Amino acid sequence: AAGPVADLFRASQLPAETLHQITELCGAKRVGYFGATQFYIALKLIAAAQSGLPVRIESVKCELPLPRFMMSKNDGEIRFGNPAELHGTKVQIPYLTTEKNSFKRMDDEDKQQETQSPTMSPLASPPSSPPHYQRVPLSHGYSKLRSSAEQIHAAPYEARQPLVQPEGSSSGGPGTKPLRHQASLIRSFSVERELQDNSSYPDEPWRITEEQREYYVNQFRSLQPDPSSFISGSVAKNFFTKSKLSIPELSYIWELSDADCDGALTLPEFCAAFHLIVARKNGYPLPEGLPPTLQPEYLQAAFPKPKWDCQLFDSYSESLPANQQPRDLNRMEKTSVKDMADLPVPTQDVTSDDKQALKSTINEALSKDVSEDPATSKDSNSLKARPRSRSYSSTSIEEAMKRGEDPPTPPPRPQKTHSRASSLDLNKVFQPSVPATKSGLLPPPPALPPRPCPSQSEQVSEAELLPQLSRAPSQAAESSPAKKDVPYSQPPSKPIRRKFRPENQATENQEPSTASSGPASAATVKPHPTVQKQSSKQKKAIQTAIRKNKEANAVLARLNSELQQQLKEVHQERIALENQLEQLRPVTVL
Amino acid sequence: MAVCIAVIAKENYPLYIRSTPTENELKFHYMVHTSLDVVDEKISAMGKALVDQRELYLGLLYPTEDYKVYGYVTNSKVKFVMVVDSSNTALRDNEIRSMFRKLHNSYTDVMCNPFYNPGDRIQSSRAFDNMATSMMMQVC
Repeated sequence: AAGPVADLFRASQLPAETLHQITELCGAKRVGYFGATQFYIALKLIAAAQSGLPVRIESVKCELPLPRFMMSKNDGEIRFGNPAELHGTKVQIPYLTTEKNSFKRMDDEDKQQETQSPTMSPLASPPSSPPHYQRVPLSHGYSKLRSSAEQIHAAPYEARQPLVQPEGSSSGGPGTKPLRHQASLIRSFSVERELQDNSSYPDEPWRITEEQREYYVNQFRSLQPDPSSFISGSVAKNFFTKSKLSIPELSYIWELSDADCDGALTLPEFCAAFHLIVARKNGYPLPEGLPPTLQPEYLQAAFPKPKWDCQLFDSYSESLPANQQPRDLNRMEKTSVKDMADLPVPTQDVTSDDKQALKSTINEALSKDVSEDPATSKDSNSLKARPRSRSYSSTSIEEAMKRGEDPPTPPPRPQKTHSRASSLDLNKVFQPSVPATKSGLLPPPPALPPRPCPSQSEQVSEAELLPQLSRAPSQAAESSPAKKDVPYSQPPSKPIRRKFRPENQATENQEPSTASSGPASAATVKPHPTVQKQSSKQKKAIQTAIRKNKEANAVLARLNSELQQQLKEVHQERIALENQLEQLRPVTVL
Repeated sequence: MAVCIAVIAKENYPLYIRSTPTENELKFHYMVHTSLDVVDEKISAMGKALVDQRELYLGLLYPTEDYKVYGYVTNSKVKFVMVVDSSNTALRDNEIRSMFRKLHNSYTDVMCNPFYNPGDRIQSSRAFDNMATSMMMQVC
C-alpha cells in the first residue's frame, strides 16, 4: 500500500496478509491509488478484521466498532470524544456515496494525517492545519454531532490546551489521532448526507464559521461603526499590517478580497480579507483566486446583515463557548479582542457545514478545485463588478470620496480618511474642528533657527523685529523660492532687531493686550460660574489657575497678533521683491 | 498582440516592463526608453491646452522596421508604452486603444490597493500580471 496509508494500516496491527486482502478488496489495487471510497472501505474492512470478522465486502455493510490504530506519534492530549457517541454515528459509514471532490480531498487529507503529527508549527505543516482547522464537519443544526465533533477536532499540536468538554460527552476515549480522524471521517459522512443542501462549495478552510463571522464583524465595527459602509484603504492597511504578514502577502490578500477594486472594504470584503489573513497565519497558502465562499455575494447571502443576536448562533452556543483558545490570534496582534469567546474562531474553524472538514493539502486539492471554480466565478464577479467599479475608478477622486461619504457618517470620531484620496477636503473639514479646541493651549511654536536668507530683514529694519521675525521670513523665503537675492547677512541686523524689539513689544503690548483682553476675558468668563460651585480651597486654586491661564492667553493672543502683522509685512516685502525680480529678469536672460 | 508592455512612472523610471520572452528583451527596453522622448514631445506639444483636453491615447509614437510603438499617458503622467509587431497588420487603432484602456483599468486597480505605494514597482499584483501576459500572449 502507498506510504502513509501503509503506515496507518500497519498501525492497525493486522497481519500483512490481511492488509493485502483489504487493499485488494477495497479496490485500491485496481485503481492504483487510495481514493476516498477505497480508503473508507479499507478502514471498514480493517474494523471488520479487527473484530474478527472475515474480510469481505459484505462486512462493510455491518455495524462495526471503529478500527483501532496504535500510533505512537500522537502528541497532544487530544481528549478524544466519547467513542460511544461516535459509535452511534458510524452506521452512516455505509453511506459512502458522497460527492467526488469531497472524497478526493478527504483522501489526500487522510494521507496527510500520517505525516502531520510530528510537526508542530503551522508553517511547517500546512497540510496539517487544515485538518485541525477544518476537521469538524459541523453543520449548523446538529448540535449533538457538533458537540462530539468539538472534541474530535482538537488539533494535535494546537490542542496543547486542553479542550473543554462540552456537555453531553464523557471524557475522552483512546486518544489516537487516526481514530479521531476516522471518527471525523465518519462524522463528515453523516453530516454530509444530511446537509448536502447546505453548501455546494468544497473548499472548507475558506468557509467562514459563525464565530469567525462574529469576530470579524466586531473588528469591522471597531474600525468603522457602521456595518453597512466601508473601511477605507489606509485604515484597513494599518489594521491588517498588525497581523505581521508581509506586505506583498497583504497586498495579494487585498487584491483577492477587494472584489470591486475600489480601495475600500465593505463588510463582506473585510470578512473575506480577514479570513484570508487568518488562514495565512495558520499556515494555509493563499489561494490563486478568491474562493467562492469568500465572495462578497456569497458572504452577504450566507450571512445577512450581522446581528449581534444571530439566530444561527444559538445552535452553537452550547458547544462553542467551550473552546476559547486564543492560539493563532495571539500571534496576530489584532487580538485586541478582550473576550475569549470570539477567539476560537480562526483556529478551530468550526466550519459549519457539511462536507469535509477534512481538507486535504490545501495546495493541491484546494487550488485545483478552487482555481477553476473561483476563476470563473471571480471572472464573472469581476465582470459584474467592473462596470460598476469602472465608473468609480475612471472618474475623479471626488467620486470615490463621495461614495465614502454617502453611508451615514460615523459618530464623533473624526474619520479623517473616508477614502484613500481624501487627503483633500475631508481632512480639512475635520481638522479645524480638532485643533480649534486646543488652540488656546498650544504653546507658541518653537523658534526656528534664523535662516541665512531672510533677505527681507534689511528692509524690514524698522519692523516688528522679534525673534519670530526670523521665523516668518524663513517661512516666506521658503514659500517664495523665486527669490534670487543675495542673502543679506543676518548678524548685523540682529542688534538692530533686538533694539527695536523692546520698542515693538512695548507698542505691541498695548495693542494686543487690548485685543487679547477681550478674548481673554471672554475666555475667563466661562470658568467663573463653575468656580462658584467649588469649595473655597478649590476656588482659590482654580482662581490662580485661571489667572495663569488668562495670562497665558494674553501672551498668546499678543503673539498671535504680532505674528499676523509680521506675516502681512513679509507678504508685502515678498511682493516687492518679486517685482524687483521681474524687473531684473529680462536683463539677466539676455 | 503586444510584444512588450511597459508602465513608466512620472519621473520616467519603469514601474513595470514585460516582454515576450522569446525576444531579446534588452532591445525592447531600449525601444521603450527611446519612446519616452517622443511621449514627452507629444505631451508638451499640447502644452498650452489644459490637461483634461489632452487625450490620453497618444497613438503611434514611432514605427521601426519590425515594430511599432504606441503610447498612452494618464493624467498623473504615468505612461504606458506598448510595442507591437509590425507584421501584425490586423491590429487596428481601436484595438490598441482598448488594450490601453484595459491597462489603465488594471493600473488603477493596483493603485487602489492600499498596500501598494505609488512609485513602487508593480510586482505584487497578480491581476495586473495576468492582464499583461494575456495581452502579450495573444500573439500566438
